Amino acid sequence: MIELQDVEKIYRTDRIETVALANVNLEIEAGEFVSIMGPSGCGKSTLLNLMGLLDVPSEGYVRLAGESVESYSDRRLSRLRNQRIGFVFQTFHLIADLSVVANVEIPLLYRRMRGRERRQRALAALEQVGLSSRVHHFPSQLSGGQQQRVAIARAIVGEPDVLLADEPTGNLDSSMGDEVMAMLHDLNNRAGTTIVMVTHDERLAGRTGRTLRLFDGRQVN
Amino acid sequence: MLKHYLATAIQVLRRRKFFTFISLFGVSLTLVVLMVATAVFDQALGPQPPEVHSDRTLGVYSLGMRGPSISSNSDASYWFLDRYVRTLPDVEAVTIFSQAARSATYRDGEKFELYLKRADGAFWHVYAFDFLEGGPFLAEEDANAERVAVINETTRRRLYDGESAVGRVLEIDGQRFKIKGVVRDISYLRQDPFSDVWTPNSTARSDVHLRPAVLGNHTGVILAHRRSDFPAIKRAFEASLEEVELPERYEELTGEANTRFERFSRVLSSDRDQVKASPWRLRIAIALAMLLFMILPSLNLVNINISRILERASEIGVRKAFGASSWTLVGQFVVENVLLTLIGGGIAFVLSSGVLSLLNGVQLVPYAVFQLNFRVFFYGLLIAVIFGLVSGVYPAWKMSRLHPVVALRRRSL
Repeated sequence: MIELQDVEKIYRTDRIETVALANVNLEIEAGEFVSIMGPSGCGKSTLLNLMGLLDVPSEGYVRLAGESVESYSDRRLSRLRNQRIGFVFQTFHLIADLSVVANVEIPLLYRRMRGRERRQRALAALEQVGLSSRVHHFPSQLSGGQQQRVAIARAIVGEPDVLLADEPTGNLDSSMGDEVMAMLHDLNNRAGTTIVMVTHDERLAGRTGRTLRLFDGRQVN
Repeated sequence: MLKHYLATAIQVLRRRKFFTFISLFGVSLTLVVLMVATAVFDQALGPQPPEVHSDRTLGVYSLGMRGPSISSNSDASYWFLDRYVRTLPDVEAVTIFSQAARSATYRDGEKFELYLKRADGAFWHVYAFDFLEGGPFLAEEDANAERVAVINETTRRRLYDGESAVGRVLEIDGQRFKIKGVVRDISYLRQDPFSDVWTPNSTARSDVHLRPAVLGNHTGVILAHRRSDFPAIKRAFEASLEEVELPERYEELTGEANTRFERFSRVLSSDRDQVKASPWRLRIAIALAMLLFMILPSLNLVNINISRILERASEIGVRKAFGASSWTLVGQFVVENVLLTLIGGGIAFVLSSGVLSLLNGVQLVPYAVFQLNFRVFFYGLLIAVIFGLVSGVYPAWKMSRLHPVVALRRRSL
């Protein structure tokens, strides 16, 4: 499903060159649940951004579902992200000005879906994460755990092939974290969604199918 | 999608009250000035009664004569207009009239200053006056030099306390006229039809206007059958200039038959005598003036918008992550800004009505009634949309280029 070949990511300023990732080669099969671990600043989020087509490598190739994306335009990359990838962020990144259901509708909005169908699917996704009673609330009226569940509903509403989660439990207490993990596992088991999750938590990584470890931007065994 | 954009825009405006207030204040103030200017412009140039045929009229307003060591320019003479303009072929009508000149009349020993214009029978055909009583004087009455007059409603109120004036005798400028009709007031900005009193050309106190001379103080207005006749009429008029015998020391006569807009554009003419029209120059000058006037508030709004959108950087990141392309985001932010300026336009519309009422109240311009009609509303709306686009596109474009990873690093949403 996701393939990275000889990937390097270097951030350059006038004076400094920072190697965020070097010589990364990996392949993630469809339906896998993979965790990425490593100390802070080792390149975990950079790797996730490359997989999510939010960033481009300085060297090497990223392929998603067999498609080589290096020559894709902004519009084509946007469409690919919209149709195949869902994101869950550590800080939820819900839009404060929009209600819960309007936040969940966002991925469908860019598919030119009719308003009624959009609303039905968003409500179904919210029901899936147990938030049917909060659809017209605003993010600031929800707890951290509830906000992350909304973020998961937003990530899965478009039924993506891949879900990329950047420390999804990082801002939650352990019981809420477990709840979120249970949802991700359920999604992986029932819908066969490929999940890649960045985490610092060895316990959570142990519950995934495979763990990739990074150190100073390099893969380690 | 548009519904979502509008719903988001309304939420953003409601939730970010300070930005909304600052933005609306700037937008409304700018648009008030532009809408008032548009209303004044419309009062001066728009197709309003009695100039309801302005789309079919051409005027001969000015002539220029040049010789090796001398040049003169002025309005045309009655003699010239009667001989060379009234005789133009294939036109519906030609009217010749003088400029409205200040004259005096007395009532019970009190002096009243009135504007007096000399005109002909065709004048009432070219201009559609609204008669409150009586009717116009006729071509035959002009031909027979009959002492008849038409007055406006303010003159009737001032001289006859608003009672019926038809049949009464008005003494003005030492001449006595029998009043034939009373018309509604005409704005001073409508210089061609404007006056307080109209009498036949032939009743002029002297026959100076009948003497052969090119320059004088009259205007000739041609009513064409249709607008498409303009080029032929203009050509015929310019050809007739060749036939004019010029006074000694002059070798060249210049002049044009102009539309009202062209007439005003002569101010910007490259021609030394400002006889030739420069409509494109005037259009460009108006556009530039409006642009210059809008540019400062626009820059201000651009700054506010950049700050406002920057606050929403992580929203941009999220939207990009979930499939919005840069252009989709440009569309969203431009729609938001246009909505903001349309709301500002609505506020400006209400405020402009107040400002115009105030202007009408103090009668800064005699008989001018500035109002926000459909035309002014349309132009106001157009200005608001242009303002919205001008001040919205750059910030939207700039912010849409924001790298999604960088955008997502910003916390506030």
